[in-house]
Amino acid sequence: MSMTYLGKAVSRVDGPAKVTGAARYAGEFPVPELTYGVVVSSTIARGKITRIDSAAALGVPGVVQVFTHENRPHTAYLNRSWRDEVAPPGAPFRPLYDAEIHFSAQPVALVVAEDFETARYAASLVRVEYEQGPHTTDLERERGTAYVPPKKRNGIAPPPDPRGNAVEALAAAPRKIARQYVSPFEHHNPMEPFATTVLWQDAGRLTVFDKTQGVQNVQSYITSVFGLKAANVQVISPFVGGAFGSGLRPQYQVFLAVMAATELERSVRVTLTRQQMFSFSYRPNTIQAISLGARPDGKLLALTHEAIGNTSQHEDYQETVVNWSGLLYGAENASFIYKLVKTDWASPADMRAPGATLGVFAIETAIDELAYELSLDPLALRLANYTERDENDGKPFTSKELRACYQQGAERFGWSKRNPAPRSMTEGRELIGWGMATGAWEALHMKAAARATLRAGPMLEVASATADIGTGTYTIMAQIAAETLGVPIEAVSVKLGDSSLPKSPIEGGSWTAASIGAAVQAACETVRGKLFKLARGLENSPLANADIEHVEFADGTIRLPGDPSRSVPIDRALAAAGTEALEAEETVGPGLISSRRFSRNTHSAVFAEVRVDEELGIARVTRVVNAVAAGRILNLKTGGSQVMGGVVMGIGMALHEETMPDHALGRFMNHNLAEYHIPVHADIPAAIEVIFVEEHDPEVSPLGVKGLGEIGIVGTAAAIGNAIYHATGKRVRDLPITIDKLL
Amino acid sequence: MGTEASAAGVFSAAVRPVTLSVNGADRELRIAPWTTLLDGLREYLGLTGTKKGCDHGQCGACTVLVDGVRINSCLTLAVMHEGATIRTIEGIGAEGALHPLQQAFIDHDAFQCGYCTPGQICSATGLIAEGRARTPEEIRELMSGNLCRCGAYPNIVAAIEHAMRVAETAP
Ligand code: FES
Ligand code: FES
Repeated sequence: MSMTYLGKAVSRVDGPAKVTGAARYAGEFPVPELTYGVVVSSTIARGKITRIDSAAALGVPGVVQVFTHENRPHTAYLNRSWRDEVAPPGAPFRPLYDAEIHFSAQPVALVVAEDFETARYAASLVRVEYEQGPHTTDLERERGTAYVPPKKRNGIAPPPDPRGNAVEALAAAPRKIARQYVSPFEHHNPMEPFATTVLWQDAGRLTVFDKTQGVQNVQSYITSVFGLKAANVQVISPFVGGAFGSGLRPQYQVFLAVMAATELERSVRVTLTRQQMFSFSYRPNTIQAISLGARPDGKLLALTHEAIGNTSQHEDYQETVVNWSGLLYGAENASFIYKLVKTDWASPADMRAPGATLGVFAIETAIDELAYELSLDPLALRLANYTERDENDGKPFTSKELRACYQQGAERFGWSKRNPAPRSMTEGRELIGWGMATGAWEALHMKAAARATLRAGPMLEVASATADIGTGTYTIMAQIAAETLGVPIEAVSVKLGDSSLPKSPIEGGSWTAASIGAAVQAACETVRGKLFKLARGLENSPLANADIEHVEFADGTIRLPGDPSRSVPIDRALAAAGTEALEAEETVGPGLISSRRFSRNTHSAVFAEVRVDEELGIARVTRVVNAVAAGRILNLKTGGSQVMGGVVMGIGMALHEETMPDHALGRFMNHNLAEYHIPVHADIPAAIEVIFVEEHDPEVSPLGVKGLGEIGIVGTAAAIGNAIYHATGKRVRDLPITIDKLL
Repeated sequence: MGTEASAAGVFSAAVRPVTLSVNGADRELRIAPWTTLLDGLREYLGLTGTKKGCDHGQCGACTVLVDGVRINSCLTLAVMHEGATIRTIEGIGAEGALHPLQQAFIDHDAFQCGYCTPGQICSATGLIAEGRARTPEEIRELMSGNLCRCGAYPNIVAAIEHAMRVAETAP
């Protein structure tokens, strides 16, 4: 059937609000008699507060209150009450809970004043004395203490079981490499700082405007931590200024704002500073070791992949790092280890394609290294070890068009013209390098609900408590609804980011398009069924003996295709039945049998060109082709942007991003956007080309959608690193690849 | 529109009336002299289209036009701009009456989360007025003060190029 909206390049339906500044973010909702909270952050990494003196701050006219661990209100006692939907095993951090300091820049006080300037000034007057304890922040130094996390994090696959005997196979392999790869701390740094505006209403009702990827996750956190009734807490987040995983868990500003509002019985806004954005949630620092053994023709005989990542003292944050090599490559002998090291930092958090960005960087660099070791083309080596099933558990994939990604990406990029020798391609004083890598991510379908309401006009509203963090959720929900009921997209309004709407999981893991999409479609289909009944039941209905299978819903009518005379306008059907609105709410979850039988993944092939000025050590990415197989693409425009944005962040990962710790102080040194480098306009080539490889997959999710939020970043850093090796002959194994490492 | 609020805190002694010409209208604020133009717009005039990404002149989210010139409004104080003509994203165009640049941003999908977008559009408006950028490379160089963490850069440049072409061919 031909589609009007699905699969087309539809502009964002929230575009006009965003380009005019009308879209309101969490810290921007106008609230009468608002007070402002400013956070005071600890200056040590570990120890105890021995004295905290708020007197000077409290003496400032206009200051309403200073909250510290000494005067905070009662909060929940059990760890369980503090654990949100995505909390890793352990004891979640409790803001202002006691005198203990667990990490540098931990919030130690909240100063609330009548205006922002006063709160900021008074916050500078809070005196905190500490008894400093010894801290450990250095993963490399502490790697000897690495342990296998005793309790698995929900939803995170543990490393796959070993296959064959990797140690013996490695020893016996005719050709082999063993390498170590290091990745730094990275912070999400969405452009919008974390912020919460709490509107306090009489009778203790709270409306919480929060920056979050999961309004219902925040709502249940607030109710369980503060012992509030769900009916009294509504969390709203219609626009999120980027999050990339940092908004999956409730962050401390929402705790502080709600605490202050309930205590003061006033409305409160707490916005973190950019510096404070470095005090929680980051991609963990990792050290990975990979060994590969192969036959001279490239066939892999043995593969070992070990990763150590840092976590906090209080939680065992885990992500899937090493499994990707086992998924992508079919070595008969393989072993996988994933360990954690406790450090005195805040807990890491999921950051765009958590785990995969790191694990795939390591394996895809190692495969490139092996290709040079064997004098084989890197693409040919990958094809020689291509797997048709998930080698980790032997399951078939619902679909895997990776071969087509390689082929189409290579062709578009011109890979066949590559001279394999490092330093063989130059122009002027620049060395040119071409590199490639594979990417993979999960294609999950989660249980979610949506509601559809059709009114005369016709006007269609679809609603779910999900989020749009820039991913395009508003737009695909509108597209699916318009398509299913045959109304123009302008007639569809979308509601999301409100905890009172139908239940949705947090927006993450690239599962939103598949999951919310399926729920929206199901709700619209139910409305469609009801509507058809009304239309058929009309007196002298032109559809009297028609079957729903045979009619089409288009142009605001229900009609028989090919016979325009047999058509009923939606409005007429509603009016004749005296029905004001047709409404349906549906919940759709994944098929459990299918989940057990198949592996479900997106795949990609990334090709990158770099130019390196050796005298200056400057590496620039000049071209990227990313060929992605992700099932059905709902929107070519927003989908293309998702992948492109992932590539840009991958360029950052390869060349720029690194939060630098000062281990003597246990503190991040470059906690600002001038020194924490993310790509800027000048760093990004115009030529980022995204190819969507056709992949028909009715098994993976009801719409055949696999999701695009993460796949774009996976593999990008490896492709760039490999290109830099090709350009310069220098293999940099610790990210980012900065000037000092190239000179 | 926005509530014209007044600073009520310690500095109430220092608080003074300031009149700013914003988007063609004179707006009176009562603020302490150390209130930044950015906070003045967002917190006192309710013009939250101008964004705060860093408060340190490092991200460009707060870009506005003062007498037609693009500046970071977090790096300057509101009181310094009495008598100047201030234009924010709300004054560039509104829904139903979009500026060609705003339309180009939508058409080229030049944003995702939208948080950097008002700054990008104000900055691009200033850039076009400067007349210095002729090539995509120059656009990229001269727009590099406006960060976009969503990575919409290629589409932003395409939108600006398009708007520049439209502006050139306009009578
Ligand atoms: S907020 Fe002004 S430059 Fe970032
Ligand atoms: S659109 Fe999100 S930061 Fe630019």
